[in-house]
Amino acid sequence: MIKVNDLHKSFSGEEILKGIDTEFIQGKTNLIIGQSGAGKTVFLKCLLGLILPTDGTIEYDGKAYSTLNKEQQRELRKKMGMVFQGSALFDSMSVAENVMFPLKMFTKQRKEQRMERVREVLDRVDLLKVDNKFPSEISGGMQKRVAIARAIVNKPQYLFCDEPNSGLDPKTAILIDNLIHEITKENNITTVINTHDMNSVLEIGENIVFLKDGRLEWQGDKSIIYKTDNESLTSFVYSSDLFQKVRKAQLQGL
Amino acid sequence: MRYLHDIGEYFIMLKDIFRRMTKPSVLKTLIFKEVDDLIINSMGIVIFISFFIGGVVTIQTALNLNNPLIPKSLIGFTARQSIILEFAPTFISIIMAGKVGSYITSSIGTMRVTEQIDALEVMGINSLNYLVLPKIVAMLLYPFVISIAMFVGIGGAYMAGVMGGFVASDQFLEGLQNDFIPFHLAYAFIKSFIFALILATVPSYHGYYMKGGALEVGQASTTSFVWTSVILIIANYILTQLLLS
Repeated sequence: MIKVNDLHKSFSGEEILKGIDTEFIQGKTNLIIGQSGAGKTVFLKCLLGLILPTDGTIEYDGKAYSTLNKEQQRELRKKMGMVFQGSALFDSMSVAENVMFPLKMFTKQRKEQRMERVREVLDRVDLLKVDNKFPSEISGGMQKRVAIARAIVNKPQYLFCDEPNSGLDPKTAILIDNLIHEITKENNITTVINTHDMNSVLEIGENIVFLKDGRLEWQGDKSIIYKTDNESLTSFVYSSDLFQKVRKAQLQGL
Repeated sequence: MRYLHDIGEYFIMLKDIFRRMTKPSVLKTLIFKEVDDLIINSMGIVIFISFFIGGVVTIQTALNLNNPLIPKSLIGFTARQSIILEFAPTFISIIMAGKVGSYITSSIGTMRVTEQIDALEVMGINSLNYLVLPKIVAMLLYPFVISIAMFVGIGGAYMAGVMGGFVASDQFLEGLQNDFIPFHLAYAFIKSFIFALILATVPSYHGYYMKGGALEVGQASTTSFVWTSVILIIANYILTQLLLS
């Protein structure tokens, strides 16, 4: 579980995060949603330790990141997996080498053992056939799945995803959402997804954190998001006619 | 103020490169790759330029020696001195600032833009150590490149001088051996070593700390070439003053 207490972050005097208190639950797909400029990316980077907060604490299973020494912070980082918006695969490495990279860096496993684990996770994301290809030779959806495989190869406790289905067609986006959701359940990890995609919200949102202007505006799950009377949230989630109809149908119990 | 900030950031980067070391087995692979990319792949252009520069130095020296009292062996002497002292270490380094420097800046800059550096950091890897240290180690072979440039440059000078009919072979060879000061070679290799560190780290700095997208990667490469060249020229002046005067 990740607990965030009164998190503030400012850049050059401008406050981006204005005191966020929330929890991300283990074994659930936690979603951070909000309009552009709401502070989602800064929040995610704070959770990853890439940006240090101006004030407040982030606790990982009861341990505050700021109280850990550098060695402990490094150990904690090894328990994190991250799927970047653009996949961030290493261009000079093949798919298998990309997935093997964390194992190569942090384990003392022999090559055969590493290969076995790589085959296992590539099989899980259904990409065994492209293990020798380079990132530039596979599609965007495949790249996302390779990024997921790389993020989970070291069996992380925390999985972070920054807009994992941006730039993908709706079918592939649902496939990626479901894959992340299933992996979360299978491994009982704390997954935090930063997304704009309303399909994701309504499909896999078990704990949704809605940010507005750097503040936590609303928190709940997909089952209650239909019933909320929070105007900012409803205008954001149901901005399209289609989603308005979906909401209406849900409220009418159709 | 911005320049002061950049200088400070550059030296902090130098310190951070050696902070958390990458696993030796991984580092070894990276170093071999960088030796291939930075050293071996540069040999062609270095040999090509050195050969013709050597030839041009000889022709220009020969054409300017009109006085019959000045021995023709001076052509070999001048070629040797110019190539060892300046053309091989400095001129080739400026060329390398364009070739190797741009490559380093654009490759690291692209990794920054595509979040590959963030990916390394999230994994708990010191991205500076992982990306820049192998380049510094590979560039320790740079004096070897310069020695090839000297050899080929003098070869080019000999061929242009003798085959062009400007000087007889024995006169050229005599000039080549006249008043040879071994410290000049040491001076050239000390310069090459310092230049190697500049060529590895200044473009890395420009790539690592760049912000923006694809357009900015191109701009960073250009800025990197300009600043690497400026620093090479200043370092050349300071080293010459310190070592030869």
